[in-house]
Amino acid sequence: MEQTIKEVLILSGKGGTGKTSIVGSFAHLAENKILVDCDVDASDLHLLLAPKPTETHDFKSGVKARVEADKCSGCGMCAELCQFESITMGETAVISPLNCEGCGVCAHFCPEEAIVLQENHCGSWYIADTAYGPLVHAQLFAGEENSGKLVSHIKNQARQLAETTNTGLILIDGAPGVGCPVIASLSNVDLAVVITEPTLSGKHDLDRILDLTEHFKIPALVCINKWDLHSEMSDSIEKSCNDRGANVLGKIPFDRQVITCQIQGVPVTADDTSLAGYSIKAIWKKLKEHL
Amino acid sequence: MQIAVGSGKGGTGKTTISTSLALSAGTDVQYLDCDVEEPNGHIFLKPKLTHRETVVVTVPRLDESRCTACGKCRDICAFNAIAQFGKTVMIFPEMCHSCLGCFRVCEEDALIEDTREIGILESGMAGDIHFVHGRVRIGEAMGVPLLKAVKHKAEQDRLTIIDAPPGTSCPFVESVNDADYVILVTEPTPFGLHDLKLAATVLKNFKIPSGVIINRSDLGDDRVQRYCDSENIPVLLEIPFQRAIAEGYARGINLVDTVPELRTVFSDLLTRIAFEVAQ
Repeated sequence: MEQTIKEVLILSGKGGTGKTSIVGSFAHLAENKILVDCDVDASDLHLLLAPKPTETHDFKSGVKARVEADKCSGCGMCAELCQFESITMGETAVISPLNCEGCGVCAHFCPEEAIVLQENHCGSWYIADTAYGPLVHAQLFAGEENSGKLVSHIKNQARQLAETTNTGLILIDGAPGVGCPVIASLSNVDLAVVITEPTLSGKHDLDRILDLTEHFKIPALVCINKWDLHSEMSDSIEKSCNDRGANVLGKIPFDRQVITCQIQGVPVTADDTSLAGYSIKAIWKKLKEHL
Repeated sequence: MQIAVGSGKGGTGKTTISTSLALSAGTDVQYLDCDVEEPNGHIFLKPKLTHRETVVVTVPRLDESRCTACGKCRDICAFNAIAQFGKTVMIFPEMCHSCLGCFRVCEEDALIEDTREIGILESGMAGDIHFVHGRVRIGEAMGVPLLKAVKHKAEQDRLTIIDAPPGTSCPFVESVNDADYVILVTEPTPFGLHDLKLAATVLKNFKIPSGVIINRSDLGDDRVQRYCDSENIPVLLEIPFQRAIAEGYARGINLVDTVPELRTVFSDLLTRIAFEVAQ
């Protein structure tokens, strides 16, 4: 019988809540899984997992417009049509690749056929070995867009890998925010785990990310990191989560040892002296019951 | 003068620094929260929001009575927002980037300009600070047009502090590309250093002058400092970890209210940046 593959996505609303340290610990604790880092913009998980790439691929998506200056008559029609403020006129048209969305309208209407559309190489993606199992991850080049597409792509790759290796669990480190890459990372997910902090901004971001998981009808559980920095806020978050049906899996205390582990490049659960590590172990145990 | 505050990644104290700068600037300063996915500046500045507008983008709607199913609109759409099955044309407004190409190629005037709401923009005063932020609609993948709408509110002759979104991809670039100076906030940890390098590389490519603030400067090692030295990026300020700051932050109390001495430090920093920009 074919094994069903469960996808668990760890999110945070915003970066800096300790998500990567927690995902690194889950990677250490979970058996037989495939890891995915969907933070293609500024991923950090590889700093903890020290991946050794077994496959490296270019990621190309969309197109960018380029002017062939010798053909350009400087008529300015392209600049007029461009909705993205990406074309400025000198003697000839000049396209800023950073603003170009690749819609191709300029090329379509150029009377001199002086604009060509070139496939855009906007990042790389990798399959790698780590001490805790295979990792699928990527790096979008700085300033590029289409991160949603790259996220969908590496998630599909992870799924294929899970099918061919008969692996039942895909553990996904999400991107920050509630935008394009996060939305892409949510597709097919069985369960979302949201990491938050007991601060007013943490609460605000948590509400928005839970709105998003509700919008896509994905069950969500919550972990409160550094809960003891403001225990009343932590209680209030716990209560509001319970009220909206997103139960709190557990709380992790503020622990300087987490940073020491980060510097040493080891998951905090591998450190027997870390209080945070013990809390994450308890959280993982509870999380497994939901799978 | 426009100063953007970025970080590579969230959680390093970007909002803490940008709101502190706005609070320390004296009068006639503008604060633009360009993190439209998770705007948090309002929590610390507590503005009286007196103006609210819906931000929309233009999308096509089909007038079936005029459409001849010639396929030109589908062919020009680079984003698969227009599909055609036989004689049936379907439009998916959520995939549309508003390039308006379809309107221009349609010879039958069969496309009507419709709008799609992407979020809201709110503004008002927080004491002396002119405050603007945007909130993207939940489930909306295209935040950049809203971010641009926030940026368009910038008054040219006013000191403007931009709270940039995390990361180094298009929303970050869009937030910093007109800035005279960018402050990168980081932490002295491997994660902080890694993300700082990415952001600093982008700024270097753009030739935008920048400096670094190291937050929670005693909770890590000295690799960030060494990196800044080797790249000739000035370290503008180091703020050690203090439980009082973390607890104040948790309650929505701004850094310069928790540690009032820092108000002068930030106002001096603005003077230093103004001097460097003028060079």
